[in-house]
Amino acid sequence: MREIRHPQTDELLDHALVLRFDAPASATGEDVVELHCHGGRAVVDAVLPALGTLPDLRQAQPGEFTRRAFENGRIDLTEAEGLADLLEAETESQRKAALMLAEGGLRKQTGQWQERVLALAAQAERAIDYAGEDDEVGDLSLSRECGALAKELNRWLARPRAEPLKDGVRVVIAGPPNAGKSSLLNAVAGGERAIVSDVPGTTRDHIEVPLALAGIPLLLTDTAGLRATSDPVETIGVARAERLSEAADILVWMGPPANAPQHSRTILVHGKADIVPPDSGSAALPLSAKTGEGIVDLLARIGRLAERMLPADDAIALNRRQAGHIQDAANFLAAAADEVEIILAAENLRAARTAFDQLTGRAGFEDVLDALFSRFCLGK
Amino acid sequence: MLTFRIEDAGQMSCNPSIGGVGKGHLVRELDVFDGLMARAADCAMIHRRMLNRSKGPAVWGPRIQADRRQYGAAIAGALSRSGVEIIVAEGTRMITRGGRVIGVETTQGQLSCRAVVIATGTFLDAKLFVGEEVAPGGRRDEQASIALAQQVREIGLGQGRLKTGTPPRLDGRTIDWSALEEQPSDPERWTMSALTGSGGELPQLRCAIARTNSRTHDIVGGSFHRSPLFAGAIEGRGPRYCPSIEDKVLRFGGRDGHQIFLEPEGLDDSLVYPNGISTSLPADVQIEFVRSVRGLERAEIVRPGYAVEYEHIDPRRLRTTLEVREMPGLFLAGQINGTTGYEEAAAQGLVAGLNAAAVSRGAKEVRFDRRTSYIGVMLDDLTVQGVSEPYRMMTARAEYRLSLRADNATTRLGQAALDAECVTESRREQIEEHFMQRSAPAWSGTEEGKADALYAPYVERQQREWEAVRRDVAVRIPESLDYRAIAGLSNEMIERLSSARPETLDQASRVAGVTPAALSALFMAAHRRAAA
Repeated sequence: MREIRHPQTDELLDHALVLRFDAPASATGEDVVELHCHGGRAVVDAVLPALGTLPDLRQAQPGEFTRRAFENGRIDLTEAEGLADLLEAETESQRKAALMLAEGGLRKQTGQWQERVLALAAQAERAIDYAGEDDEVGDLSLSRECGALAKELNRWLARPRAEPLKDGVRVVIAGPPNAGKSSLLNAVAGGERAIVSDVPGTTRDHIEVPLALAGIPLLLTDTAGLRATSDPVETIGVARAERLSEAADILVWMGPPANAPQHSRTILVHGKADIVPPDSGSAALPLSAKTGEGIVDLLARIGRLAERMLPADDAIALNRRQAGHIQDAANFLAAAADEVEIILAAENLRAARTAFDQLTGRAGFEDVLDALFSRFCLGK
Repeated sequence: MLTFRIEDAGQMSCNPSIGGVGKGHLVRELDVFDGLMARAADCAMIHRRMLNRSKGPAVWGPRIQADRRQYGAAIAGALSRSGVEIIVAEGTRMITRGGRVIGVETTQGQLSCRAVVIATGTFLDAKLFVGEEVAPGGRRDEQASIALAQQVREIGLGQGRLKTGTPPRLDGRTIDWSALEEQPSDPERWTMSALTGSGGELPQLRCAIARTNSRTHDIVGGSFHRSPLFAGAIEGRGPRYCPSIEDKVLRFGGRDGHQIFLEPEGLDDSLVYPNGISTSLPADVQIEFVRSVRGLERAEIVRPGYAVEYEHIDPRRLRTTLEVREMPGLFLAGQINGTTGYEEAAAQGLVAGLNAAAVSRGAKEVRFDRRTSYIGVMLDDLTVQGVSEPYRMMTARAEYRLSLRADNATTRLGQAALDAECVTESRREQIEEHFMQRSAPAWSGTEEGKADALYAPYVERQQREWEAVRRDVAVRIPESLDYRAIAGLSNEMIERLSSARPETLDQASRVAGVTPAALSALFMAAHRRAAA
């Protein structure tokens, strides 16, 4: 316990718990002092400016502690990625997934894969460098084990990824003009997010609204109504809407069911149900942005579909960078399994090891650092 | 050239063979620079085998058995024709001025010079062990370099001791060859050197393979207490890749047997070198376990096997030219740098010799790159990673081995050899002829051309990978970088990196035990320095 006094005026600001961590045994690897002040805004508001009057002291930038810990070798790349995710986490599921990475979940798993590839490579190398000696190994087991590991990696790759969790599940509202798409967006997101009018073609560009639905992050997108038009701006909007529909994780279609685009996760909605009731027997969900009819139902259906796209709470979710390197490793291992010439099998195993090195940050520094630190420089 | 005995030039202390997987690559590479080993091997060849013939051409390993006397004679002849003056004396001390080598103190007086290459082999403060007997010496019945070892220690280069061993030599007339599996010489008449013509070769002999058995292992195992290896007399580490019979029994005693390759030592010599049972056990144990082997029941030992323990330095103190960083003009080559094997030593002798000559002449350094030669791989490994056991070349060490083949050494290094101005006229012609053939349409039908085509897609992929690595290493690590100033690097990482002093991030990534996190920290530190 120490008295915290203003460096210039010597005024007593607080009685605080002061913890000192000497380098390198601190979170960042540098000398760290923590002041545990009493709660309350006024205390903090008094202490922070007082610290600011000391020479060479300033507030940390967002993510700066993570960055320093990484620069100082306290954490590896996947852990740093996890911490970066943790800082950005806005929902409960994002927090859990980020923590999994930050605690070294992927590092440990990767370490295990690396050990297995190393053992396989050693097996191949022994067959090459100890030519003509007793214990030449059967290449059959090598091929089989390479194949098995490739399959295991592919199963990992088939699992839900980090992007829907991080960026939100992309829910795209599409349909012909004047179907009530923008009204639906406003009703769900609350407020006047999109301009609504009776004039068909009011929405000419898409509007994105991030939402959390029971802890699930969503990115709700309103698009321009799909129709042939001579307006050049609207034409661009229509083309964009078509692309967005294709790339959607979940498509909410507000047009005639027969005209719905091909998509694996479509929810058919009959809009403006308060004005034009749906035909009996229609598969579409009747919905009215005005009365609120059907909105709870729609959200529940979106929630159920979205949930399946997200990683389980205790699973390690791969981001695009990580998945890319694991995919490379899987491909090289599969090639090694198919290779009859032992040297080329060994060459593929070497390439697989490089892919894992890139995953953990042992190789390919520039790319990796770009990928990571671009996220700390977004002006937050 | 200073040496204890004039007849020691070309003396094969260990087995009478040259080459092998990885080692054969080194021999072909040094041949391009007119190193003598390949041509002497061809002159003395009495058995040849292309190892790994069933695998891809990248790892074919040319290996020959040499007639020990013929090999020595070939080297002696080449030396006498070369104009090198041989002085029989012991070099006892380097004379220095201002930190530079300016001469050598010998038992026959002083010599002044601009550069010195020390190639003490296994002789630096060497001790021989046969069972409980210990004698100073780097080879049976020979001396050791003790005075020089003292100075090497004073300079602060000393790292520790390594050991190597030899098997007992057998009298071939007492071996029952009919009971053993024969190993004939290859029918194809390939040569080690690109300059060796056809014809004039010695008759080719057969080798044979014998096997140890459980009785052999019992005899060896029952005598561990009499082995200096286990009794603690030998502190040096031996090579894992060519373990003594004691090590084999201790570590793989459960195996039903280990191979023994019986290699004749010469055409008019009945000595046989039983490769695979090097030992430092007492002579009476040696004869007992040898005779437990089928085919060797009546074998006579002409000279018992022994272990030799010698001093080596930390090669991380060397530049990749093999010059001692702290003492310009001093070059070290061979076992003194922690390597094992003739081929590794010869390749270093080439590098140290070329660069010592360059220093003396004020000419350009001759550098080797790990992407274009096994020599480069070895230099990079030694100077960046150091050694913890005797270093032996293996193809697994060469990540670019698909392009580093034994059959394309001239293609890879021909230009470098011409640039180094170290080759004879006949070599120059051979290299230029080879380059002309490469550009001819018939090239694709040659063995080298076919191998090029076979590996082309993989080599291209490696080229792309290398381009990516090169982007990363664009930031060089400043030589003055203080690793202790990089917060967060553990003491172990600081020690490893300070010893290795990598020049680039790419080299740092190969420093043994350096973690990805440490590399990232290093990258950022180097980056910040460059930006500052």
